Amino acid sequence: MSAREDILTRIRTALQDSPEAPQIPREYRAASGMGTDELIELLVDRLVDYKAQVAVVQESDVPARIASLLEGAKTYVVPEGLDAGWLAGMGDDGTGSSRRRTDSPAEPLSVAGLDGIDAVVTGSAVAVAETGTIILDGSANQGRRAISLVPDHHICVVKAADIAGILPEALRRIDGTRPITMISGPSATSDIELERVEGVHGPRRLDVIIAR
Amino acid sequence: MTTFLGMPALPAYGSGNLFAGETFPAAAHRELGNAQLRANLGHATHTIRDKRQAVVSELPDWEQLRDAGSAIKESVMATLPELLEEFEKNFTARGGVIHWARDAREANDIVAELVRETGETEVVKVKSMATQEIGLNEYLEEQGIQAFETDLAELIVQLDHDKPSHILVPAIHKNRTEIRDIFLREMPDADPALTDDPPVLAMAAREHLRRKFLTAKVAVSGANFAIADSGTLAVVESEGNGRMCLTLPETLITVMGIEKLLPTWQDLEVFMQLLPRSSTGERMNPYTSLWTGVMEGDGPQNVHLVLLDNGRSAALADGMGRSALHCIRCSACMNVCPVYERTGGHAYGSTYPGPIGAILSPLLTGIQAEENSSLPYASSLCGACYDACPVKINIPDILVHLRSVDVDSKRGTKKLPSQMDVGMKAASWALSSGKRLGLVEKGLPLGRLAAGPDRKITRLPGIAGGWTQSRDIPAPPAQSFRDWWAKEHRDAGSPGQPDPGHSHEPSRDDKEAQQ
Ligand code: SF4
Repeated sequence: MSAREDILTRIRTALQDSPEAPQIPREYRAASGMGTDELIELLVDRLVDYKAQVAVVQESDVPARIASLLEGAKTYVVPEGLDAGWLAGMGDDGTGSSRRRTDSPAEPLSVAGLDGIDAVVTGSAVAVAETGTIILDGSANQGRRAISLVPDHHICVVKAADIAGILPEALRRIDGTRPITMISGPSATSDIELERVEGVHGPRRLDVIIAR
Repeated sequence: MTTFLGMPALPAYGSGNLFAGETFPAAAHRELGNAQLRANLGHATHTIRDKRQAVVSELPDWEQLRDAGSAIKESVMATLPELLEEFEKNFTARGGVIHWARDAREANDIVAELVRETGETEVVKVKSMATQEIGLNEYLEEQGIQAFETDLAELIVQLDHDKPSHILVPAIHKNRTEIRDIFLREMPDADPALTDDPPVLAMAAREHLRRKFLTAKVAVSGANFAIADSGTLAVVESEGNGRMCLTLPETLITVMGIEKLLPTWQDLEVFMQLLPRSSTGERMNPYTSLWTGVMEGDGPQNVHLVLLDNGRSAALADGMGRSALHCIRCSACMNVCPVYERTGGHAYGSTYPGPIGAILSPLLTGIQAEENSSLPYASSLCGACYDACPVKINIPDILVHLRSVDVDSKRGTKKLPSQMDVGMKAASWALSSGKRLGLVEKGLPLGRLAAGPDRKITRLPGIAGGWTQSRDIPAPPAQSFRDWWAKEHRDAGSPGQPDPGHSHEPSRDDKEAQQ
């Protein structure tokens, strides 16, 4: 008998008492009912708690904000599908575009290449206000997982319309079969005497721009 | 639905790092001598406990989430074969490859063979209890394959050739200076001027591992959840080492127990609320990664999952104990356990320490394996673990159940009744009626004689000696309470009072004692 058949038989034998599968009581909250302002305020509060930098700006000010956050970066990477206008502040001439590396399915950057890049700019799929969580699902404006992981500084734009109040609302908006990363603040460890240290292997700096 | 399966097979127990090599009392006795361990552990468990309490009380629907979590897991166990098949179908449809392993040995072989196929001799690892349970690192080493733990605490433990003492913070028994010394001794690239400041130590680990992450071709991980209706796997972590391992290598091999399934994508909303708050006491852990088979152009293109039984089907066969398989390894039960807090994780021998380990290890291995029968007694049955458990596993009830399984299993193997049996029989006789108890109580003055002038009994004979090993018993009173009551009330002449010592009608208690 194959291991597969063997294990399935063992399990069926173990369940010979035919235990019943209970109805799942879903009495927990399905939605928060919060308005946009409340959602933004809560998300900001939670992100700051995680030691992420947050700015709430008008949609039209996103390019300027990105440009100022990228001032110190010698190079930065963006996914090919990043929202067209967001890099307008970087200028198509001069340093803005020469510092830029674009990652695309046709021409993906190598891991070593990514390691030499200072920052990354991405969009996001959905955010959860209550837990300060930003969810990336690999859509065109977020790119593949490696680009938001290897560079040490992640600049992430969250559109106000994409903020959900609580986790159940957020998970309903995404397709579970996409490559998903949930991010709640920069990486952290408490492994040494439980003292929290921010920034271990993931990006040590997380800048969130919330666009109204 | 019931399927006739012929002769009921014997349960297939697990192997690997699931055994207490010595009895819990012996191990606990030694560990209690380690003052550093006890101080660190006390600090850690209390800190995490307080954080957990704060974020749990913040949610208005915590109890409803627990109810849902508990019911979901119960339904997973009831429909496990169907869910495994559904998961397999969905994961495979997206390019993932599933392997089944009956036990530790088989799982280790599968992983080693998969690594060999890639031609690599090094793998990076994300903290995983399942691979610890099967002793994967040691096995790979025998096969000439080096496994690098990448979680900071696991790295510390691995560099020091030690064992984890807590499932969430495995190196909690070491202080910062010890960690610095380990790094200096074991990391060839460590800066000799390394200080013991935690941020400095964390950065040293980052430097040490970064090149490994960027060049690794094969990663080995565990998984927190597997979602049947989408074929998705999830890893919940903090440091980003998980993302590194799950994203950058070409080959990803995940080892997961068969009980980790969730039926639907929707169920994740319950568990991702329960787990981080119960575990690290955070509203959400820094990073969670989810993948469904192979994603073209994103992450590993060679994706494997080893589904591990290793005694889980045997645990499932115990109708009373099967809910131990609901465990999501949050460690909340450990952090509230008065026994664990003092002895630490090493005393339990197995990969799974604390209250959950005390039931899970003997369920996976069978109660008679090595010294695992001593584990269900490693508890005061205070119930704190049950209250803290996000999926409401009734650990105290299962502990009591396993104690009786243990006693029954021993009864069968001994010709002569044990002291315990004789004692219990005697107690059952004495307690079954007021008259008999009264007779026994006449012996109390004898106990006073045994106690001597200091009024303390410091050593009892036989199995009762365990009790007096670490405590004295005060001398029994000259007169029993029942005796005193009877005399008092007779002398005071209060007619309405019952006379418990001389009642002829069996009281309710009498009846119960005879059942
Ligand atoms: S038994 Fe419950 S509390 Fe203990 S680790 Fe498992 S899920 Fe957490």
